[in-house]
Amino acid sequence: MFLKKQNIMTEKRQQILVFFIFATAVLMVPLFLKGSYLLNVLVFVGINTMLAVALNLLLGYAGQISLGHAAFFGIGAYISGIITTRFPIDPFLIIILAAFCAGVLAFVIGFPILKLKGHYLAMATLGFGVILYIIFNETVDFTGGPSGLSSIPSLHIGSLVFDNDWNNYYLVWVFTLAVMLLSINLFQSRIGRALRAIHDSEVAARVMGVNARVLKVQIFTVSAVISAVAGSLYAHIMTFIAPASFGFNFSVELLTMVVIGGLGSIYGSFLGAAILTMLPEFLRVFQDFDIIVYGLMLMLITMFMPGGLVGGMQKMAEITVAKIRKMKGKNAQA
Amino acid sequence: MDYSRQLFQYILSGLSNGAIYALIGFGFAMIYNATGIINFAQGEFVMLGGMLTVFFLTVLKLSIIPAIVLAVVISTIVGICFERLAIRPLKNAKPLSLIIITIGASIFIRGAAMLIWGKDTHAVPAFSGNDPIYIAGATILPQHLWIFAVTILIIIAGRIFFNYSITGKAMRACAYNAQAAGLVGINVKNMVLLSFAISSAIGSMAGIIIAPLTMTSYDVGVMLGLKGFCAVIIGGMSSGLSTVMGGLLLGLLEALGAGYISASYKDAIAFIILLLILFIRPEGLFAKKEAERF
Amino acid sequence: MLRLDGITKVFGGLTALEDISFSINEGLITGIIGPNGAGKTTLFNIVTGLYAQTTGEVYLGEKNISFLNTERLARLGVVRTFQNVELFGQMTVLENVMVGLHTQSSSGIFSCAFKLPGHLKEEKIIREKSMEWLKFTGMVDIADMKAGNLPFGKGRLLEISRALAARPRMILMDEPAAGLNSRETDELAMLIRKIRKEGITITLVEHDMDLVMDICDSIVVLNLGKKLAEGTPRQIQENPAVISAYLGEG
Ligand SMILES: Nc1ncnc2c1ncn2[C@@H]1O[C@H](COP(=O)(O)OP(=O)(O)OP(=O)(O)O)[C@@H](O)[C@H]1O
Ligand SMILES: [Mg+2]
Repeated sequence: MFLKKQNIMTEKRQQILVFFIFATAVLMVPLFLKGSYLLNVLVFVGINTMLAVALNLLLGYAGQISLGHAAFFGIGAYISGIITTRFPIDPFLIIILAAFCAGVLAFVIGFPILKLKGHYLAMATLGFGVILYIIFNETVDFTGGPSGLSSIPSLHIGSLVFDNDWNNYYLVWVFTLAVMLLSINLFQSRIGRALRAIHDSEVAARVMGVNARVLKVQIFTVSAVISAVAGSLYAHIMTFIAPASFGFNFSVELLTMVVIGGLGSIYGSFLGAAILTMLPEFLRVFQDFDIIVYGLMLMLITMFMPGGLVGGMQKMAEITVAKIRKMKGKNAQA
Repeated sequence: MDYSRQLFQYILSGLSNGAIYALIGFGFAMIYNATGIINFAQGEFVMLGGMLTVFFLTVLKLSIIPAIVLAVVISTIVGICFERLAIRPLKNAKPLSLIIITIGASIFIRGAAMLIWGKDTHAVPAFSGNDPIYIAGATILPQHLWIFAVTILIIIAGRIFFNYSITGKAMRACAYNAQAAGLVGINVKNMVLLSFAISSAIGSMAGIIIAPLTMTSYDVGVMLGLKGFCAVIIGGMSSGLSTVMGGLLLGLLEALGAGYISASYKDAIAFIILLLILFIRPEGLFAKKEAERF
Repeated sequence: MLRLDGITKVFGGLTALEDISFSINEGLITGIIGPNGAGKTTLFNIVTGLYAQTTGEVYLGEKNISFLNTERLARLGVVRTFQNVELFGQMTVLENVMVGLHTQSSSGIFSCAFKLPGHLKEEKIIREKSMEWLKFTGMVDIADMKAGNLPFGKGRLLEISRALAARPRMILMDEPAAGLNSRETDELAMLIRKIRKEGITITLVEHDMDLVMDICDSIVVLNLGKKLAEGTPRQIQENPAVISAYLGEG
């Protein structure tokens, strides 16, 4: 009993340590990459990580799929883009507004949409995503339509303007690290357990008094809010947005990031986002192969490595540890 | 007079699109009834039908009939491979995994098509020319007639197959209760395979007959697949005829909406209908309410 | 404590339950038996709010609970286990039980994500109480095992532990002994008696007649959706209608 308690303590401490190391590494990276193109890519790794973590809260924690998450990303981007190109308001305020709007929308459609299960939920979220994509394309007066919206101002705090890779990197990663930390905290908590319970057996969760309906809508809303913030940041960093970035294909790409990294694993989402963001940047050939590779990865990982890369690595580590123990045991016997 | 002619034109194009949606919807319903899976890759078979036909016509210079036959055969083989390689090995997979796998398959097939045939849009010649036929002041293309004829033929063939052939009856038994069907000696696995084969064949056929009207490219499968799903949701999964009604209704609403409200929101109409129905009556408009299950 | 009044459930054309009325007394163990397809599980589904009955009412004490949803009922102290064992397979044994304490805690999503002090305190209590329940059912030593990897018998035990953690007034157990070997069944019988001592009302559906006759204070027999008989184990064993239903069943 006493031993158990200690176990739990060390586990918690381990978790904090891992995050601390990760965060330090992330914050140190720019020191080595000053002026490099890689730094620019890593900015987008940050944004995609934030998005993948947001989707993972819904998909990996609560087990509810969304094939329309790019739409919330788009809502954030367009609300920020449209308002800040027209009115001289502090863009940070608009980020809050965008997050709020995405949250309200998610909350409102969340109730009817999350009543649906499995395949129907997938189709409904997909439909939602497509509708918004069409709206981004067709409300030309606001969004600029298919040719996009340009001259979005950069964010700034006083005289610190976020218009170079170095500044953008820190801007994005502060948000991303915060989102990651909060999500990790959530996992081992009352709400996190309830969400994972819904994932494994919604009826049993309800029998235990978990209000699945409300909780699913809550996490959907949170997920949408995070995605919208990522969208706002994206708009201000790119200073140009077009609907193509917020369509079905990107929703599938987000799904692929989460699945590759591992459902429920926050570091997995980072890994998935990093892989999917960097591959096309550095493997030119990959640009033509991208969707075929995504498709293959989705299928193979789901079939043969249900825990994703992180889950797979953990399993390998466990097996190795067990093997070493066994060998040690044998040696001791001999 | 002009007004009613225009209306007739909308109805005509609505019905012909609707027929296509119905055929695609058929494929969804067939696999759903056999396995409980919504096959997200369904639209890709529609794309394969069109693209393969283009390939056989223009690259291999075959004439139209062998090109179509080969396109259907190859699409069917792809469907069979998909079932054998990605669906059958998974026993007792969770819906979430199945969704992800069929999505994976769908973008894999799309990606392969893009690699092989490029990103260009291709035209397919109409089966019997483009000379419009005048009926009551409105024009109708021969290809429209082909679409209606093929759709009706497939529906009749389906009816006969499911109601009179042993295999068809066995498939219905599996859809109704796979476990019981297994107990009376029906090979459920083969029935699942067959459902994938038939639905990919029908899907590709739909893609072939619509291609001369709309052109085709590697990515037409997404939208067409979704519309087909929409048709089957409007009609309900349970019977073929209600899927047809769902498809036709969707085609009509879309055409009228595009004509009288806004052409640019044509695609949005289908999805708004889809969401409304999923929210209000997920079992479909024309289906009897099914028993509740958790 | 629980009273069913004229419960009827129709699925499409099939009448799964027809005009079922009976009462379950506080603090006792009530058995519900009947051949396959008699409607036992359906009855549980109705009582726990997973299905809506076609007609009829359910009362918990004086309160009409006919149309309350499952999660509300859990808060009122009605919990259940499942015939096909519904565990949270990706979570550890301990975490499964911790979900049982969901209704006895109240931290919201922000409190959890930001690790506010209130949440941390609550978390500690949840963990301790859960460990106590695991001790109660004798599962402490496998607390860190993944629930999905448990052997079947342990899985059933975990379901009961989890239900107990929800601090129920009554537990409905759907075939708790199915798939257990005879030693495990004996242990289960002991556990059930121990649960009753805690003052928890127990209702169980079971096919193992020895177990039912041994531990139940009263028994309700269902057959083809109708109530066939009701009484003490003794009365039921001697009831000619019950005997013929079971013999006729083969
Ligand atoms: N969701 C449902 N839809 C349609 N019919 C159902 C449903 N649930 C149960 N039934 C039917 O209701 C009847 C009673 O089923 P139930 O599961 O309650 O039986 P049971 O007494 O629990 O049997 P067993 O001992 O095999 O568990 C059966 O004929 C079953 O097929
Ligand atoms: Mg039962």
